[in-house]
Amino acid sequence: MSTATADIHDRPPESRVNYLNANYGIKSWLLTTDHKRIGLLYLGTITFMFLIGGTAATLMRLHLVEPQGALLEPETYNKMFSTHGIVMVFFFLVPSIPATLGNFLIPMMIGARDVAFPKLNLMSWYLFITGCAFALVAILSGGVDTGWTFYPPYSSLYSHTPVVVMALGIFIAGFSSILTGLNFVVTIHKMRAPGMTWFRLPLFIWALYATSLIFILGTPVIAITIFLLGLERLLHVGIFDPAIGGDPLLFQHMFWFYSHPAVYIMILPSMGVVSELITAFSRKKIFGYSFVAFSSLSIAVISFVVWGHHMFVTGQSVYAGLVFSVLSFLVAIPSAVKVFNWTATLYKGSISYQAPMLYALGFIGLFTIGGLTGLFLASLATDVHLNGTYFVVAHFHYIMVGGALMGYLGGIHFWWPKITGRMYPDMWARVAAVIVFVGFNLTFFPQFVVGYLGMPRRYAVYPAEFQVLNVMSSAGASVLAVGYLIPLVYPTWSMRYGPEAGPNPWRAAGLEWTTPSPPPTENFEVPPIVTEDAYSYPIKQPREYPNAPGVARV
Amino acid sequence: MMGLSQSGLQGVAAVLATIPLQPPAASSIAEGVDKLYYLLTGITLFFTVLIFSIIFYFMVKYRRRSEDEVAPETHTSMFLELSWTIIPSLICVVLFVWASALYVRNSRPPTASTEIFVIGKQWMWHIQHPEGPREIDELHVPVGVPVKVTMTSQDVIHDFYIPAFRVKKDALPGRYTSLWFQPTETGTFHLFCAQYCGTSHSQMIGWVYVMEPKDYADWLATGEKTESMAQQGSRLFTQFGCDSCHLSDGTGRGPSLAGLYGKPEQLADGETRVADESLIRQAILVPNSVHVAGRQAIMPTYQGQLNEEQMLQLIAYVKSLGSQERNAK
Repeated sequence: MSTATADIHDRPPESRVNYLNANYGIKSWLLTTDHKRIGLLYLGTITFMFLIGGTAATLMRLHLVEPQGALLEPETYNKMFSTHGIVMVFFFLVPSIPATLGNFLIPMMIGARDVAFPKLNLMSWYLFITGCAFALVAILSGGVDTGWTFYPPYSSLYSHTPVVVMALGIFIAGFSSILTGLNFVVTIHKMRAPGMTWFRLPLFIWALYATSLIFILGTPVIAITIFLLGLERLLHVGIFDPAIGGDPLLFQHMFWFYSHPAVYIMILPSMGVVSELITAFSRKKIFGYSFVAFSSLSIAVISFVVWGHHMFVTGQSVYAGLVFSVLSFLVAIPSAVKVFNWTATLYKGSISYQAPMLYALGFIGLFTIGGLTGLFLASLATDVHLNGTYFVVAHFHYIMVGGALMGYLGGIHFWWPKITGRMYPDMWARVAAVIVFVGFNLTFFPQFVVGYLGMPRRYAVYPAEFQVLNVMSSAGASVLAVGYLIPLVYPTWSMRYGPEAGPNPWRAAGLEWTTPSPPPTENFEVPPIVTEDAYSYPIKQPREYPNAPGVARV
Repeated sequence: MMGLSQSGLQGVAAVLATIPLQPPAASSIAEGVDKLYYLLTGITLFFTVLIFSIIFYFMVKYRRRSEDEVAPETHTSMFLELSWTIIPSLICVVLFVWASALYVRNSRPPTASTEIFVIGKQWMWHIQHPEGPREIDELHVPVGVPVKVTMTSQDVIHDFYIPAFRVKKDALPGRYTSLWFQPTETGTFHLFCAQYCGTSHSQMIGWVYVMEPKDYADWLATGEKTESMAQQGSRLFTQFGCDSCHLSDGTGRGPSLAGLYGKPEQLADGETRVADESLIRQAILVPNSVHVAGRQAIMPTYQGQLNEEQMLQLIAYVKSLGSQERNAK
């Protein structure tokens, strides 16, 4: 990897006491309050959930190769896309970066020993796996067929599937989000190291701070919504079904009041990761630090007032449509500002192309396309045609998979040496990154076209004229699947056989790189004092830990 | 080998050439929507190419040449920050104004529209023409005439979508929504349900037949002879005893309904609402919630006694009373 490995080999990571070998046994993991171990518990859990959601997606794409459906009964297909959506949104993407990298990195990046409430942090994980368990029970007992959006009155009074069990899983997992958000906000406010002022924080922290605000403010609303849905389904209290006195659009208002900000729960942390990766691999200070930081906050704030753009064709008033349209355009601006600032950061940089950087650049490209196609849906007149079609499916996958997931994978690759103390083979990682990028575009670009042609989403069978584009999409999905499976293999391999990474294999800035890899349980052998801004490149002496720049020792 | 791969390539090219890139554009709304769509596509292409080119250029030009290379410091430029905030904002303003103006225009049906009534139910479209004919999963309309579709659902939420016309609207249980279109060419076009509605959602599809006005008139005439919706509503009006209170001369216990449709009514709670389909529906089902100021709330509820089809017929009858009155003047 770097030229720095030679002398570090003299000191294998296992020879030091670190958070991984400080104690052993199942109990030491299940009762841990170490934010780093909790991050890894989440990593294992969400990887498992990702495989479930991915399997459902694979079956869907296989099925859609033929217009009459190649594989499944319509009812089964409906359960597949519901499982895919619910698992990927609530049990993978929402917790992905915050719960894994956020847990691992927030205390390390701000120079703290742990999060503010370590026990609460562990409890969050238990809530999360309890939620996962309910979801698994619902899936194993046949699965739900409501879509991840649970629109009543279908979900409340018509579906014959275990809706309440699945809803309960989401309800419980939601509390994990709320408590994690609370923990992060308090940690970032109260536990920063001396000298770590707000404007010296890495942008990853700003992004996670904004995300945490959405966790705290948005998640209770989905909890209430799901609770009311359960009430109507179990007790026939008329809340959403007009036949018993309810209002079906009330659900959609409440659902999207959370679920639109939830899109930013998924994408903001990735934006934070990308800010770290772009700076580290071009060895440059971020261009426009405060613009990038405040764009995260303004995205979080505006995201709460754009929910009505999901409802342009529900018969909501023309005036409501106009207001939600203008607000939706507004949220495009801070997103554009971020893209331009990342691009400008590359200018006159010293750019290298290890795997994390490939993911970061892939993120920028795919997020750009995803964001721009969002304009089609914020525009009222075109949304009427495109709403509910594959165009929407393509658009949000460019954001959530092209964006959020690329950022997540980039982040996992970037901090893997810190987490495990070992390097993975970069060549394999680069190959996987390229396969993911190509496979992703092959899968989802045809969906823009087929959506504009008018193919509605959630169709188990479809008119034959849409077949060619669907076959292209399914072919792309198989490439994408290969791209996702490779990164399951080599990191696992690297944990045992990878060369040792040393404290700072990338010569990256940031407090987390000033401590050994894997870090000791208390993160820093001496509490750091910060004297410099974030991204003070170049990092001149990567080998001479603990004298890394930016940190004066007490 | 060479020949094989060539014919293979030709085969692929032939298949790719069959991919349509645009759905048929067959309504007066479609052209405007497509223009906006192409503008948006242009903007998307421009910025995607711009960002990708800059990134590729920087990737090559500023690639790391030695491990100890030091990148020169660059400073944030307020000029750049402001330009890439303001220029996208201006583009968004233009898009918003354009798209909204078009949307407002597309959401107001011309006053002289022909009416069609649609009831969505799992999993079919029930379509009723005011003249009487009913259809399932098929909709016959004349070319060149504006058509207003008023819809509701009998069970869950559906969505009435005709891609070739670029129109779409949710069909909701318990209320009426509407859309309109004016077909510009004859032909057969897809009708889809675009809101997931359960097991056979993807089979809740049908066809829209756009016909020459003369053919349409023939089609209306050749179907089985049925009463018009208003005539059927008139019979219901008697059958349910509505006529015992709502006497046409206004001397009954309830008000005369002549001329009611489209009239603003002052309600007892102070609100003024136009007596449209939704208000009439609500007045029949939950009379106390909308009783008119100055009148006793004595009308009984008809909740659970009328199906969606009968409701539409009753409303059609009330509407016909309105037009009779206008004719009388």
